[in-house]
Amino acid sequence: MAKTKKLVQLTPTDIKEDILAKYPPKVARKRAKQIMINEATGSDSPPEILANVRTIPGIITMRGCTYAGCKGVIMGPTRDIVNITHGPIGCGFYSWLTRRNQTDAGPDGDNFMTYCFSTDMQDQDIIFGGEKKLAAAIQEAYDLLHPKGICVFATCPVGLIGDDIHAVARKMKEKFGDCNVFAFSCEGYKGVSQSAGHHIANNQVFTHLVGEQTKAQEGEFKINLLGEYNIGGDGFEIDRIFKKCGITCLSTFSGNSSYDQFARSHHADLNLVMCHRSINYVADMMETKYGIPWIKVNFISADSTAKSLRKIGEYFGDEALMERIEEVIAEEMKGVQAALAEHKPHTEGKTAMLFVGGSRAHHYQDLFTELGMKTLSAGYEFAHRDDYEGRQVIPDLVPDADSRNIEEIEVSADPELYNPRKSAEELKALEDSGFEFKEYEGMNKQMADGTIIIDDLNQYEAEKLVELYKPDIFCAGIKEKYSIQKNGVPMLQLHSYDYGGPFAGFKGAINFYKTVDRLVSSKVWSYTEAPWQKSPELTGTFVWE
Amino acid sequence: MALLRHTPVEVMERKSLTINPAKTCQPIGAMYAALGIHGCLPHSHGSQGCCAYHRSALTRHYKEPVSASTSSFTEGASVFGGHANLIQAINNIFTVYDPEVIAVHTTCLSETIGDDLKQIFDKATKEGKVPAGKTLVGAATPSYVGSHVTGFSNMVKAMAQLAEPSGRKTHKVNVIPGWVEPADMAEIKRLCAMVGVDVTLFPDTDGVLNAPLTGEYKMFPDGGVTIEALKRTGDALGTLALGEWCSADAARWLDAKCKVPCTVLDMPFGLAATDRFIDVLRTVAGVSVPDSVSNERGQLVDMISDMHQYFYGKRVAIWGDPDQLISMCEFLVSLDMQPVYVVTGTPGKAFERRIREICADQPFEVKVKAKGDMFLMHQWIKNEPVDLLIGNTYGKYIARDEDIPLLRWGFPILDRQGHQYFPTVGYKGGLRLLEKILDLLLDRKDRDDPETKFELVL
Repeated sequence: MAKTKKLVQLTPTDIKEDILAKYPPKVARKRAKQIMINEATGSDSPPEILANVRTIPGIITMRGCTYAGCKGVIMGPTRDIVNITHGPIGCGFYSWLTRRNQTDAGPDGDNFMTYCFSTDMQDQDIIFGGEKKLAAAIQEAYDLLHPKGICVFATCPVGLIGDDIHAVARKMKEKFGDCNVFAFSCEGYKGVSQSAGHHIANNQVFTHLVGEQTKAQEGEFKINLLGEYNIGGDGFEIDRIFKKCGITCLSTFSGNSSYDQFARSHHADLNLVMCHRSINYVADMMETKYGIPWIKVNFISADSTAKSLRKIGEYFGDEALMERIEEVIAEEMKGVQAALAEHKPHTEGKTAMLFVGGSRAHHYQDLFTELGMKTLSAGYEFAHRDDYEGRQVIPDLVPDADSRNIEEIEVSADPELYNPRKSAEELKALEDSGFEFKEYEGMNKQMADGTIIIDDLNQYEAEKLVELYKPDIFCAGIKEKYSIQKNGVPMLQLHSYDYGGPFAGFKGAINFYKTVDRLVSSKVWSYTEAPWQKSPELTGTFVWE
Repeated sequence: MALLRHTPVEVMERKSLTINPAKTCQPIGAMYAALGIHGCLPHSHGSQGCCAYHRSALTRHYKEPVSASTSSFTEGASVFGGHANLIQAINNIFTVYDPEVIAVHTTCLSETIGDDLKQIFDKATKEGKVPAGKTLVGAATPSYVGSHVTGFSNMVKAMAQLAEPSGRKTHKVNVIPGWVEPADMAEIKRLCAMVGVDVTLFPDTDGVLNAPLTGEYKMFPDGGVTIEALKRTGDALGTLALGEWCSADAARWLDAKCKVPCTVLDMPFGLAATDRFIDVLRTVAGVSVPDSVSNERGQLVDMISDMHQYFYGKRVAIWGDPDQLISMCEFLVSLDMQPVYVVTGTPGKAFERRIREICADQPFEVKVKAKGDMFLMHQWIKNEPVDLLIGNTYGKYIARDEDIPLLRWGFPILDRQGHQYFPTVGYKGGLRLLEKILDLLLDRKDRDDPETKFELVL
């Protein structure tokens, strides 16, 4: 690597001030609360970060909208539901196959993910209302495809003109009898980021789908995996490991998911939460309604995968299961160790920055740690305070006007289906032995003191960080990728995995090591300057002999 | 196992449900056009998702940074109007990013609540939020009218409206290239230079969306038409608008308001459309066409004659944007190929008429639909197959299911590279199109021929 390293002489405080200096005063005041110099590890009361608040107009944000979170992220990966976008064509078009929702429907199973359904609203629909067109579109989808479920997603203008999409859905559901139809008020302007859309989607899935099927699926050690979206086949790899261990996964919310999986998910004995940002409230609701406890897991990085598997074993308390888990870990770790021996010499001591998702910037640091790399700066695109500071701050969160827009549903124990999976004594015994239910510690604790944590990073700040720190790798999304790379710094997309993956589980970890090694060792960054640019002053002329 | 396994052979009439659209919405076109102004930051006036989606789609297509800002509407702005958001945005953008120009386009959200860009611009200017020498451009681009092509056209018209005729004519000709690739814009400039015509090309994304990797990111790359040049378009000798849907509005506006005469031509894809373009250029400049251009033309004709047996009678399904489809269909017909299915999502009866004219008196019947979708086109293919697909990346699912080669052409191309570097307009572009079509057809022949018929020389 011919790249010259920039030695950082500036303190994190200098860097923060440097970043803020360019902003108008009002903007600077707000951003100052969203840029935090981490002291979580050494301090009893780590500093508060401002998160899940509005993006400042005009600031080039990484964020998307509520519709994107609802239709794109949560419902997109459900293969046998027909997802109809109610609105002008754009929203449906842009969320058509762009999130790499891999699925395995088998040779004959329904799979509608390759289709894009839209009411393609025209100006007369905006003027006279779009309810009739929506009802007709649902009817056409039903006549054409006879799916188990049809979901409807509201775009911005639908909310403004006041189409009652829920009433239309209800009417069509009654009319069909054999097709569940429900709708999402996920207009793009609701909330401040995709996160609101996750919430709206999950609430509706919980209300209209979960618990619908009474027949339980056979299997020992039944779990659900919540907050796993099967990007790049992550879910497939995790499923492989579950099967090897003898764990039965009833449903994944919502990677590679199906209608029936959601409908019977309440038969599980344990909920595992991967992306806590997008789904922790569903786990809470399922515990209240059905008595299923939940734990936080992480299948990103080999060590985290092993840790999470052991945690599942411990919960079920079955000797044979725990033994099998240990065997699987031992066997899988051989490949992991071999891969690390190959790649770590190239990655050790290098630095990373990651600004992704609502827990991706957290989980993926474990992989960088395994590679011997340090995370200099990190942050989330659509997180809330608890994702930074840990779950214990949830009671302190003050709802604002934007979060009040998002419906909170009241859940109570189901009179027939509530069935506590563990007795109070059993739960206490587990907790006393150090077992943690519904707990996640947040990103700040994981990061070294003096690193910089930034919420809702924008393009100018990203540029500044890259200029000042010159990290060896930067992780973000497609919108950020090429501006970072033009600066000569490799960028790995952690939303889409640069169309590779999986990065989860043991095989995913190996794949990640290889990917990062390739990126930080690539020769391409040494070509940015042409030979004649290195000494542009001509001092002599070339003479042919 | 088919990826589009639910697409039935029988065509059922659909009135309300669009499946697999052959278009997208206005603002992305406006954003792309705005990137063709030098030092310009496109701004999306609406909620964040629009801007994020458009930037993502353009980035995936070009594999290049696409910077654009948003008014970041939340519920409050949606109820009370987006004035405050936009004024604040303008202030923040000039302070933090310092562009020469902000090109604002609306979304279905800000259009529905009725935000008036001109009024907001006036207010921002009065409040001193626009530094001296900086420019605001605005275009209304409601997503529920037309398509991405309409949005492109609307932003191009807004660019033309910057014209400040001084009364002193320049020797320049305005050329509006329409929604084509950066490489196509470069090729059009090259052809004009060869013929000896001094042009102002707008928009011009050459140099913006095909910028080099140098180790230094430039938020505003060197390319793009300057505001000064746009102001002087009102003094030009005339305007050549390439494409009725993309470019004509701007050209006609300059004609009506600034007395700059305009000619609307087809986009110069293929032989005949390029011929007409060069011929008009020659007339405008009052020069004879140089041999270098005639030679390029001759090379294209040569390749057509050399390989005609492989083109002859091949059935093609093609989808995309109206202006592009019109020229491409004409090209295919001139090769004795048969564009049997032609679909655009963009509305316009004139499009269907034009395609029928091009295909009239040909030995095949054309099925053409404006406001169509790819689901319908796939059903047609299932009923009677074709030899080749020409269109954007979304066709790859049909290509795989039906085992038909796909020429990626149009927007968006999400899974291949080269389209931003190698033109498909002009004679050189025609050669490249032919090469690509031949590669696909001959690869298929090599794959399918029995051993006895497997030939070394083709």
